[in-house]
Amino acid sequence: MLTVARIDLRRLFKSKDYWIPMGFLASVFFIGLPFLLLTIVTSTTSSDLVNKIGEVLQTLPGPVQENVVGTTPAARGAYMLSVYLLAPVAIVVPLTISSAVGAHAIVGERERGTGEFLAHSPLTEREIFMGKMLASLVPGFLATGVGFAIYSLLVNMKVGPLVGGWFFPTAGWWILIVWVVPPFIALALSVILWVSSKVRSTAAAQQAATLVSLPVIFAAYGVSSGLLINPVIAAFGIGIVAWILAIIGLMTGSRSLSRESLLGFGGDG
Amino acid sequence: MPTALAFSHVTRTFGDITAVDDLSLEVPEGSITVLLGPNGAGKTTTVRLATGALGSDEGSIEVLGLDPLIAGNEVRSRCAVVPPKPALYDNLTGWENLTFTADIFSADHKGIKPAAERFGIDHALDLNVGGYSTGMRTRLALARAVLHDPDVLLLDEPTAGLDPESARAVLNLIRELAGRGRTIVLCTHLLHEAEGVADQVVLMGAGQAQIVGSQLDLADRYVTNPAVIIDAEDRDSLSALSRHDDVVSAEWNGALHVRLTHIDRLPGLVADLVGAGARITRVEPDNPTLETLYFEMQRSLRGQS
Repeated sequence: MLTVARIDLRRLFKSKDYWIPMGFLASVFFIGLPFLLLTIVTSTTSSDLVNKIGEVLQTLPGPVQENVVGTTPAARGAYMLSVYLLAPVAIVVPLTISSAVGAHAIVGERERGTGEFLAHSPLTEREIFMGKMLASLVPGFLATGVGFAIYSLLVNMKVGPLVGGWFFPTAGWWILIVWVVPPFIALALSVILWVSSKVRSTAAAQQAATLVSLPVIFAAYGVSSGLLINPVIAAFGIGIVAWILAIIGLMTGSRSLSRESLLGFGGDG
Repeated sequence: MPTALAFSHVTRTFGDITAVDDLSLEVPEGSITVLLGPNGAGKTTTVRLATGALGSDEGSIEVLGLDPLIAGNEVRSRCAVVPPKPALYDNLTGWENLTFTADIFSADHKGIKPAAERFGIDHALDLNVGGYSTGMRTRLALARAVLHDPDVLLLDEPTAGLDPESARAVLNLIRELAGRGRTIVLCTHLLHEAEGVADQVVLMGAGQAQIVGSQLDLADRYVTNPAVIIDAEDRDSLSALSRHDDVVSAEWNGALHVRLTHIDRLPGLVADLVGAGARITRVEPDNPTLETLYFEMQRSLRGQS
């Protein structure tokens, strides 16, 4: 399993066509967009904008309003933006990065002809599937870790002085990153790899992966926002459910890969 | 001699297409078996069935005494397959491709460089395989195939599109491994390259092993008119041969290639020539090439059907 994952990651690392756009995507969502929004909110002198931020804060649920730190509308707005509104980025970006790898993982072996080599190798189907899974997970997890660290630094530097010091990551974000994001990515990837083992071409796999990952993204979006609002109650249960689904997905997905599918037979291929 | 590969009434279909149809075949250990046949004869499917990469619909297969569908990983760890198009990772170097293989087959990395040197590809190991020529890719695929010293080597059209030097490297590998007691199965439709290599020739067609035997046995069975090469100091003295009762045909091609009604007629024929004053300088058997044999076998099969 580790051999397959290692070689896939090495190929990925050498493929600038992949990591340059994905690095750009992660930079935009974890750095560029937050920086821009937080700069606007914290440096605005427009009374209209400040008033609107105040209005938005009034619409938030009571517990959230209680948790928002800051004495001025701008500080409270920046805090809210940092902690609540950008949380789904933590799910969407790694999921996009991982699914781009996963969609190509198995069907790509068929297209290159290297599936024939794997089919004749002593690796078990499960080792091949789990190797592909690991190789798809690592870029997503890496993006999550690095992005999370940079994002934390950014919001602390931009918003910290306004709210009395460094405040990020909050407990909710720790739970989101460590306990909830990983199983969501694993769950989506197990389905995407299953699709990749069934379809005829990478293009078809990517289209199917998009369709498959959209509901997961929406679910994750809702979960991440809601979880940050009430982390103590929701986090543990949601995490448990996500992990169970991910394990079921992995077990089912690993059974979907056959040597015949690596050769281009079976499924739709 | 023990059997390395045994197919017994094996059938494999893909939808409406029967790729292998009631195939029964035995490949002795340490032998070189050449599977001949046109495209679609079932050669590639036979190779894939042997390693368990494909499962059979009916029948049984044993490789080195093991069922590939039950002990597939052990079978595959003792086999190597060289497919028609070398399946390599283009954006990895030759070295990285070989280390990947060594890791999968639990082979020592120390064997990588010697294997690459053996096929003259060691100078390019630091380059990405995407920049390799067809010949270089095949040489790397051959180096990869021998890394774990397989007991059975299955070569599926390995010389397709190769330059003569690379094609020779393939044939040298076959002879060398067979000399060390390894079992070789070579699928090809390039008859000249299998010439003189095969211990056993299998003519495949419609997913079946239609004819099986050694090249000499098959020549006896399917070449009805034995051929000899005859030459003389005065070649005009041989001109009467074409009208001789025991001669089916006679053609000049460097020397006179004569097809006889029966090999027993040769001594009488030579005596007649000498009696007529010919000074004979050469009489030797003109063994049929594999190509001749192939078309004779095909003709025989068409006659049967």
